[in-house]
Amino acid sequence: MKKLSKKAILFLVVVTIINYLPIILTVVYSFNSSKISSVWGGTSIVWYKQLFNDNDLRRSLINSLIVALFSCSFAVIIGTSAALAMRKTKLFFDNMISYFSTLPIMIPEIILGMAFLAVFSFFKMPFGFITLIIAHTSFCIPYIFMLVRSRLIGMDPSYEEAAKDLGASSYETFRDIIVPYILPGILSGVLLSFAMSFDDVVISIFTTGPTVNTLAIKIYTKMKTGVTPEINALATVILLISVICIFLFEIINKKSTNKTQTRY
Amino acid sequence: MKNKKLGQWLLRLPVYLYTILFVIFPIVYMFILSFLTKAHTWGFTFNLTLDNYRKVFSSFYMGIFFDSLKLAFITTSLVLLIGYPFGYFMGRLNDTWKKRLLILIMIPFWTSGLIRLNGWVIIFRSNGVLDKILMFFNIIDKPLKLLYSYPAVVIGMIYFLLPFMILAVYSSVEKMDWSLVEAARDLGASKFEAFKSITLKQTMPGILSGIVLTFVPSMGLFYVAEILGGNKIVLISTVISEQLTKGRNTPFAAALSVILMLLTSLILSLYKKFSKTNELEGLF
Repeated sequence: MKKLSKKAILFLVVVTIINYLPIILTVVYSFNSSKISSVWGGTSIVWYKQLFNDNDLRRSLINSLIVALFSCSFAVIIGTSAALAMRKTKLFFDNMISYFSTLPIMIPEIILGMAFLAVFSFFKMPFGFITLIIAHTSFCIPYIFMLVRSRLIGMDPSYEEAAKDLGASSYETFRDIIVPYILPGILSGVLLSFAMSFDDVVISIFTTGPTVNTLAIKIYTKMKTGVTPEINALATVILLISVICIFLFEIINKKSTNKTQTRY
Repeated sequence: MKNKKLGQWLLRLPVYLYTILFVIFPIVYMFILSFLTKAHTWGFTFNLTLDNYRKVFSSFYMGIFFDSLKLAFITTSLVLLIGYPFGYFMGRLNDTWKKRLLILIMIPFWTSGLIRLNGWVIIFRSNGVLDKILMFFNIIDKPLKLLYSYPAVVIGMIYFLLPFMILAVYSSVEKMDWSLVEAARDLGASKFEAFKSITLKQTMPGILSGIVLTFVPSMGLFYVAEILGGNKIVLISTVISEQLTKGRNTPFAAALSVILMLLTSLILSLYKKFSKTNELEGLF
């Protein structure tokens, strides 16, 4: 393979820098003591102090974590079982169901938000945690389903055959061969869907009740009324968590020695 | 063997139940809702009507649809223009740098989108970072007032969606058979000809997938338009959201959603036809 030209490398560098500019500025301004962010008032950690004393914000962070945790767990059960079930045998409705189960990440979020709002009102369900978790589960399933499925497609059937030939029962084969093999797919799916759930604004706005705020909703409403320096501090904290998550993710991917299509 | 069949069904049960109850039913219900009448006070009555669709197809709302499509089109073209060379060059780096760059792309991608928008607000704001820099170099003499303008929204959208395109293109470049390019060159093709007839063709799945992955969400990202565009840029998703929250006209919001959904399905089926696959390259 030929080396890249200088121009190409310059292009990669410039785009990457622009990509990071907003993030770097957010971090820098989170240490700005002035309340007006166009003025630099010297470095301080006053916004971080305010952040950690904000009970409302802490509550919404906990809410976000609860919603993400439950949605991801349900999605793991539903997505993994679906990928396993549809691996070898195809039933009549399988194609239709797998199409519709992945639809939530294919259509603009607003449609899903609208549809859920209408259906939950139809069933007269109280808006809050349960409605949020149901809605979030719907867009977490596709990630796990598709990632596990793509791992199963890449799986060499001889592993299973070998286990069976050596006298393993189907349960043992499942436990010792299939589960370890799809685990990286499940884990990357969980990380991805956790991030998506944690981030989600559009669907959450329409499926939450007046008493439950998620962190993303909270940030959104604050940003709509104008950026406060506190948001910069919060952004920096979330950024740090994301970076840690990515490195965890990379470690998981590295550990899965089999090089299949799982890239996320 | 009866046991095995039962097992097959049990494994399918969760996804079948969930999908029917919480994906298919809501969509069907939304469809029905779009033919009902808004009640005078709150909610709706079961009078079948086409009024919602008549309203959707009025010139005012068609104009908004057109604006949304225009923004999506501009965004997608620019994303392709930046994302294709980026993904292509990235695929030609050596393995260490490839990995590093991939992580650099992923970090912002995993961070909350809202938080990344916050950075652009700092840049675009009147007397913000951009104004300061440009004024320092005497390029402009008064603030540009970029925040709450169309270019700000476009830049925000590009920023949001660029990683999808990069990853889609990169993933197809990774799968490319470079020996074909070499063969074409050996047979006397110019660099450009080789690129046009070999590289472009082989990376087409990535391009198409990238286009879908940017075009479809760009019609729904109303909060980007709201935060960077203020009230000036109204998208179809903005209208749906306002009809639900302020207008309390669920049937009309449903009709708008149905049309938006049909538009999306049209794009997805076009994608399926051209790429001959259901999978979106780069996403998985």
